[in-house]
Amino acid sequence: MKLELRGITKRFGSFTANDSIDLVVEPGEIHALLGENGAGKSTLMNTLYGLYAPEEGEILIDDRPVAFSGPGDAVSAGIGMVHQHFMLVPVFTVAESVALGYEPTKSGALLDLGEARRKVTEISARFGFHIDPDAVIEDLPVGAQQRVEIIKALSRDAKILILDEPTAVLTPQETDELIEIMRQLKAGGTSIVFITHKLREVRAIADGITVIRRGKVVGEASPESSESELAGLMVGRDVHLTTDKTDADPGEATFSVRGLTVVDKSESVVVSDVSLDVRRGEILAIAGVDGNGQSELAEAIVGLVEPRSGTISLDGDDLAGLSVKERLRKGIGFVPEDRSTDGVIASFTISENMILDLYDQPPYAKGLSLQPAVVRSEAEEKVSEFDIRLTSIDDPISTLSGGNQQKVVLSRELGRPLRLLVASQPTRGLDVGSIEFVHKRIIAERDSGTPCVIVSTELDEVFNIADRIAVMYRGRIVGVVPADTPRDVLGLMMAGVPEDEALARVEDGSAATEISAAEEDPA
Amino acid sequence: MSTSTETHILTTPGGGPTLRSPIDWKFPIVYGVLALVTLLLFGLFGGTGGKSTTFSFAAGTDLFGIPPLTVSAMATTVAVGIVLVAMAAVATWLAVKREKIGIWFPILFGVLFLFAFLTWAGAGNGHIPLTPLLAGALALSVPLIFGAMCGLVGERSGVINIAIEGQLLAGAFLAAVVASAVKNPYAGLIAAPFAGALVAVVLSFFAIRYWVDQIIIGVVLNVLVVGVTSFLFSTVLTQNPELWNARQALPVIPIPLLGDIPVLGPVLFRQSILVYIMYVVVAVLYVALFHSKWGLRTRAIGEHPKAADTVGIPVNRNRVINVLIAGAIAGLGGAFFTVGSGLAFGKEMSAGQGFIALAAMILGKWNPLGAVFAALLFGFARNLGNTLSTMGTPVPGDLLLMLPYIVTIFAVAGFVGRVRAPAANGKAYAKQ
Repeated sequence: MKLELRGITKRFGSFTANDSIDLVVEPGEIHALLGENGAGKSTLMNTLYGLYAPEEGEILIDDRPVAFSGPGDAVSAGIGMVHQHFMLVPVFTVAESVALGYEPTKSGALLDLGEARRKVTEISARFGFHIDPDAVIEDLPVGAQQRVEIIKALSRDAKILILDEPTAVLTPQETDELIEIMRQLKAGGTSIVFITHKLREVRAIADGITVIRRGKVVGEASPESSESELAGLMVGRDVHLTTDKTDADPGEATFSVRGLTVVDKSESVVVSDVSLDVRRGEILAIAGVDGNGQSELAEAIVGLVEPRSGTISLDGDDLAGLSVKERLRKGIGFVPEDRSTDGVIASFTISENMILDLYDQPPYAKGLSLQPAVVRSEAEEKVSEFDIRLTSIDDPISTLSGGNQQKVVLSRELGRPLRLLVASQPTRGLDVGSIEFVHKRIIAERDSGTPCVIVSTELDEVFNIADRIAVMYRGRIVGVVPADTPRDVLGLMMAGVPEDEALARVEDGSAATEISAAEEDPA
Repeated sequence: MSTSTETHILTTPGGGPTLRSPIDWKFPIVYGVLALVTLLLFGLFGGTGGKSTTFSFAAGTDLFGIPPLTVSAMATTVAVGIVLVAMAAVATWLAVKREKIGIWFPILFGVLFLFAFLTWAGAGNGHIPLTPLLAGALALSVPLIFGAMCGLVGERSGVINIAIEGQLLAGAFLAAVVASAVKNPYAGLIAAPFAGALVAVVLSFFAIRYWVDQIIIGVVLNVLVVGVTSFLFSTVLTQNPELWNARQALPVIPIPLLGDIPVLGPVLFRQSILVYIMYVVVAVLYVALFHSKWGLRTRAIGEHPKAADTVGIPVNRNRVINVLIAGAIAGLGGAFFTVGSGLAFGKEMSAGQGFIALAAMILGKWNPLGAVFAALLFGFARNLGNTLSTMGTPVPGDLLLMLPYIVTIFAVAGFVGRVRAPAANGKAYAKQ
């Protein structure tokens, strides 16, 4: 089936998310839609899937124009979509999830779950998915949930499959499995639209590439293009994919975690017996696939969650029993994972957001009163120091872009003398320019002698800034490795393989991933 | 009351060190206190020396009679007290070992405790009429069960309905007025669902169409229905009560054979059609919710409406339909206050039962059968209070009447273990 988008324009109020976009996907083609976060890729696909109505433009399937008033229409036209955030009901079984919306029934209105089970088993067997139709969604690992989404689409005879950032939640090995699945689908005649901002994967799998920037198509590229060519197209200028940094000059270990165990509300162990040392003037990156306990570890360090056992000490002082506020006073800077809910208060002004944790301290406060003049002058200073692009420091912070919001958070956390920096996903959702800036600031903080703990699920980021890398898997530290460890070894460790075994497997060549192979192609 | 003695040994993934969860002392303590109360307060120091208690079962038309059971009060309560102490010890031992106990344990404990309590309370006061006690409990539970089913259908599809109280009251009102005007109780029964559904129309209009906070709109609706019905009661209904508010009662329809089973027969199968409809509603809802296309979609829009939307299910339309169905169920339940009990309409006669119905729904973990069980428990506690206070037992009647509400507070506060509401409950769904 051939898919063509002609002049699709979608506006949200005064903001144009898609500006007259053209796109052609040939039958049996894997077409990558490449663009930065916020470039308008997901909006375009949601429009194609009937979730949004476009203001202008038309969609053609096999050269015939079609109009979708909802996802139901798109599905019956043969379009299937795997959303970035899976559209699965956590308490349903796999069979129920696949049945939903297209329920097989028997004797009137009663569900025929047996039929749904058969369908799951049949598709699962055809592609080697190993999915149990009676498993409950929330008990499945993310990769399996993704396969359930693919089964859902295939069970409705999708001829065009849209995969929205499908690799964001996968380990490199799971990504390889997904790529294999995509090849099989392609061989079976299914066209695939593959949305991503990861250059390596695009080059590994795509037949054709369309690059989108700020809602517009800025060019077509072939998979043979080099990574820096693609990055340049995507960002609109030359970019340095790596940040220059000098080697670390670590001092003594001032921050240590011993036997830390954290248990969540449902009594499952999320951080398991973790021990770490971080030295002054080094960056320890905590790598791992999302949801393996990194966030909880960071929260336990700052005091947001109470550990079940273990100790955390900074400069020889045990932090047990100290409140979050007391820990911040001790010189811990914390960049939270979710900027919009934990990092800033959206309706507060930019200057107010800069003193969220310092509002009761001199010079911002005198006795019971706030010193607005000081708050303003300090804010203006930070704006120029951190190059925050804004109209006025009195505007609500929600008027800023993600990158500038993150700079506000950084200016707050780095604006005082620190004895430890903890940053969770410091560049999630940022554009390339902001990522460069954030990395530079973190490295500068390291160079001033602060021990830094950076949690990141992006391997590129980990390699970019880390001096040492600790890999977490299911709450445990799989190993702490030097920053020049091969990508494949790290990938295996992120799936729980111990360091020695991972090294051995990479050396004998049994574990080379396709995406790292793509990296080594001469560009 | 529940089995939430869930404790387990935590195993860390990958074979790390095992970590034991803290011992759950909640239930051993409750069992222990109740066992000691039984042994000491009802038994040894219950002041029942030499007195006896009689339980009567028969209701006259049974297939075969069961002779009344007379027991020596003190000996019985002490004996039961000892058994309960032993059970509490077992519960403690199992808690220390972090092992689970089946649902039968708290039920058995509760029944024994109740038996000891009744023996003590009834000592020297004639006999305890078991059949009327249970029959009264069911009667008081009927509006609760209808109300809980209403709340359940709404919340399973993601709409919180605080207006059950108002829907019950509206149903009671319209049933009384229509039945009286037409001089036929069945006419009232047909009219009642429309009153409940009318309240639901307003609820869904504001909650689903205009995203007004569902709690607020529900509270406002309750006050509105009280106001409207009270106003009409004091004006139209009191001016011409013969025409508008004459008593009409649904006749009792005994079911042959089933109705003659001792104790259970008169309680369950010598009832009006409204109670039989209730059995059907509960059974149909249970099957529909978990085994039908409607149920799958209802649960999906209550858990993850966007997921439902992406497979082409119109979320808000389904929510409106479900809220209307739910309203009709509650309206029908309201009819029990008037035509179902043979009473005329009175101001605010639903008396907070709609809120207790919500509690029954939560205690029943959003499952129709669980909600029925919880509603029966509340109904029984309330009827026990009524019965004992008329018998002149040593416990003040007002204190007993508080019992269901105390049970409710503990239940809703999560004492029965982690209860998970539908994930999208109370959240309006809007497409971008």
